[in-house]
Amino acid sequence: MAPQNDSPPLLEVRNLSIEFPTRRGTLVAVDDISLHIDQGEVLGVVGESGAGKSLTGNAIIGLLEHPGRIASGEILLNGKRIDNLSYEQMRRIRGRDIGAVFQDPLTSLNPLYTVSRQLVETIKVHTDLDTGAARARALELLEAVGIPAAKERLSSYPHEFSGGMRQRVVIALALAAEPRLIIADEPTTALDVSIQAQIIALLKRLCAERGTAVMLVTHDMGVIAETADRVAVMYAGRVVETGPVASVIQNAHHPYTSGLMGSIPHMKHGVNRLTQIDGAMPRLNAIPQGCAFNPRCEKVFDRCRKERPELISIEQNEVACWLYQSDVGGVS
Amino acid sequence: MIAFAVRRFIQAIVVLLAVSLIAFVMFKYVGDPISQMVGPETPIDQREALREQLGLNDPVPLQFMHYLGDVVQGNFGRSFRTGLAVDRVLLERIPATLELAIVAVLYAVVAGIPMGVYSGLYPDRWLSKFFQTVSLIGISLPTFFVGVILIYIFGPTLNLLPTFGRGEVVHIGFWSTGLLTVSGLKSIILPAFTLGMFQLTLIMRLVRSEMLEVLRTDYIKFARARGLSNRAVNFGHALKNTLVPVITVIGLQLGQVIAFAIITEAVFQWPGMGLLFLQAIQFADVPVMSTYLLVVAVFFVAINLVVDLLYYVIDPRLRLDRAVAQGG
Amino acid sequence: MTDTNTRLLYRIYDSDIGYSFRKSRIAVAATIVTLIYFLAAIFAPLVAPTNPYDLASLNLSDAFTPPAWVEGGSSKFLIGADDQGRDLLSAIIFGARMSLLVGFASTFLAFVIGVSVGLVAGFRGGMVDAILMRIADIQLSFPAILVALLIDGVARSVMPSDMHDTIALWVLIFSIGISGWVNFARTVRGSCMVERGKEYVQAARVIGIKSTTIMVRHLLPNVMGPVLVIATIQLAVAILLEAALSFLGVGMPLTKPSLGTLINTGQNFLYSGEWWITIFPGVALAILVLAVNLVGDWMRDALNPKLR
Repeated sequence: MAPQNDSPPLLEVRNLSIEFPTRRGTLVAVDDISLHIDQGEVLGVVGESGAGKSLTGNAIIGLLEHPGRIASGEILLNGKRIDNLSYEQMRRIRGRDIGAVFQDPLTSLNPLYTVSRQLVETIKVHTDLDTGAARARALELLEAVGIPAAKERLSSYPHEFSGGMRQRVVIALALAAEPRLIIADEPTTALDVSIQAQIIALLKRLCAERGTAVMLVTHDMGVIAETADRVAVMYAGRVVETGPVASVIQNAHHPYTSGLMGSIPHMKHGVNRLTQIDGAMPRLNAIPQGCAFNPRCEKVFDRCRKERPELISIEQNEVACWLYQSDVGGVS
Repeated sequence: MIAFAVRRFIQAIVVLLAVSLIAFVMFKYVGDPISQMVGPETPIDQREALREQLGLNDPVPLQFMHYLGDVVQGNFGRSFRTGLAVDRVLLERIPATLELAIVAVLYAVVAGIPMGVYSGLYPDRWLSKFFQTVSLIGISLPTFFVGVILIYIFGPTLNLLPTFGRGEVVHIGFWSTGLLTVSGLKSIILPAFTLGMFQLTLIMRLVRSEMLEVLRTDYIKFARARGLSNRAVNFGHALKNTLVPVITVIGLQLGQVIAFAIITEAVFQWPGMGLLFLQAIQFADVPVMSTYLLVVAVFFVAINLVVDLLYYVIDPRLRLDRAVAQGG
Repeated sequence: MTDTNTRLLYRIYDSDIGYSFRKSRIAVAATIVTLIYFLAAIFAPLVAPTNPYDLASLNLSDAFTPPAWVEGGSSKFLIGADDQGRDLLSAIIFGARMSLLVGFASTFLAFVIGVSVGLVAGFRGGMVDAILMRIADIQLSFPAILVALLIDGVARSVMPSDMHDTIALWVLIFSIGISGWVNFARTVRGSCMVERGKEYVQAARVIGIKSTTIMVRHLLPNVMGPVLVIATIQLAVAILLEAALSFLGVGMPLTKPSLGTLINTGQNFLYSGEWWITIFPGVALAILVLAVNLVGDWMRDALNPKLR
């Protein structure tokens, strides 16, 4: 679905696999996935816990936790490979080109330093500003993320902020060096429901203003529906369906995606029952043969248990499901 | 801050009162002070008179009040063994013990923290594994045995360093220091090394495990994600967070070291409080024993107090009077 | 999400390889060494070449015989003889027997006191708990060696001096035991506090089971794991403490020497070159403590993977 022009996408993930070596053999947590994000675009990555969404995000910013490692594939930023850079080269990209927002704002900030210090050090790492100018910039950022009385709050410690305010600070930190891409890993999961919408709206607005692209990792289909331009649905380490957000939501092809859609509450429709997908995602050491979703799939047939489907284009989406492969020939 | 300090101070007073009660009970019920003060030929009525005169027949709570009064005025009675005033004898010994303890802790901290940081940052390198092994052996080796071996190596075998006593000391007011003379400095090397070794291994192991813990936290990951340099992450962020619990332990260790000095002082014939206390135990010299207990308690409590306040300064989360979380 | 998965993967990696491969070989070796010490101590009269307590068999002309492999050594004394002409190997075996006896007995005492205090404090709560835990705090701020020395000193002051040697063993057990109860009490109390709030304890209460029964039948089994770990570490601490006290001359007397006593006597001869009299007992002590510590370390990891 990449726009077919000459310039490469902002970020491209090609056939990425992430594995964890263990004594009983290697576990493949992310299996041969490909993604791309264009300038200023919001890509939603959705899936259940353990689908490999966060690992993909961590791999992009080069912070896979030991002993996880990239087994194969490439990650390209503006057409240049970044997955094979040294720690130091990658460090210059983190924060400056790719920012990150993590799940839990309560633990993302160092409790021993003031908000100002953490902002200033981040700004100074990536720019030539002196401390005074960096402080001024820190204040702008805090105001931009909507911290009331930002000037006074600069010298506050993280514990003096509420959860929602802390996540605003985290967003300010992620935006400090004006990166072109932000990887937001479940940015609202740890927050109160009432605050989640505010934070998502803030993130969306700030990125739109700055032309910053976002990879929004979440298990919340509702958030994706409101925020994303495109969406990639992950299941057991693979992308099962991807496409423009409206198309994936209204016209889901993969049975798993349909199941996820069934779990979004709708106000408009008269039907009040939410559907659920029976069973749970397989553990990494017991991923079934064929399509990983086959034990939970209502439409499963023989082929699903034997061969693994690849992504193929159907209408605006790309889907990895045998239901469609017989009539629409060819692997995309 | 002030409320916190006052609360801690009151707690410290309570602890000191409890310890003085123990010291008093020892003083009162262990051994008969009269028979220690007069010869066996003294008749009963003279003993009774003395007993009355010393207030030993007063109600016990009143005696405790008297005892406290004496203690506050620095009057700790006389040593059964030497007949000298205990406060004088002990005061003379304090500098030796404190110098030994401080040098030992300094050395343990200066060597232990970098070793711990290194093995926390690079747990898989051979040097870290070496440190780990050495530290396990260090924790298992009895202090006195280390001292004995050091004496054997540096004394009769190499003849390099003095193995007993403090060497030459310089008097500055009431304080006598061995840190200003060459022989004094040479003399403190072996005892301080022996005394500090256990603390060193302890600090190293603690720093390492704290470091490993901190490096796994989200804020360290987020600091890396912000593009901070390795140096800034490891030393600016991780180390400071590691040091919060470490400082408490180091502070408490200083107290422990003063007590552990008893063994080291015995091995190296170091003329400190510990050696005095040991001799007092062997001779059942109760006034010296109970006074030592009190003095050590004062040190412990003072150190605890300082550590608590330091903790408060380092960790902003404890400054609760300021911490009013605002708006969501 | 994947964060939990990462942790899970890490734990598999960490527990399997880390645990069975890295640790257990050392743990097994340490356990074997510890068992050898235990057996040697129990069967000391059978294992030791001579009886070191039998003063009549000593011959002063054997005094200061160096180890057998050193010039002037004799095959009669494998690792040499001490200043009395006593076989050093036998003295060490009997010394280790004393050290372990004091170690086990005092650990048991600390265990009994600590677990009882912990159960009472944790189950009663309120004032009882506050007072007991304040006492524990105060004692904990004083190093065990000081507490043990004080009790030892007081006992010596109270007892007539000709009894010192005969009661030394009991005084040691008592003073070391008293100095070590706090960790037991804190752990048991902590677990009690947690368990007390759980439904099964409250259910037991509601149906009218007596609180002592609940304590013993339901709470104790839950805290046995950590208590066992503390006991092992306390055993190492107690052995070291006993050695230190004996080394300082306020522990086991010369007539019934422990390892600490042997080191203390031996150190007088370091300057004259008879190194073996103090070095061998010291090495024996260090290996024993190291082995017990290693077993304790391993048990802590095995029983509580969270603690790693």
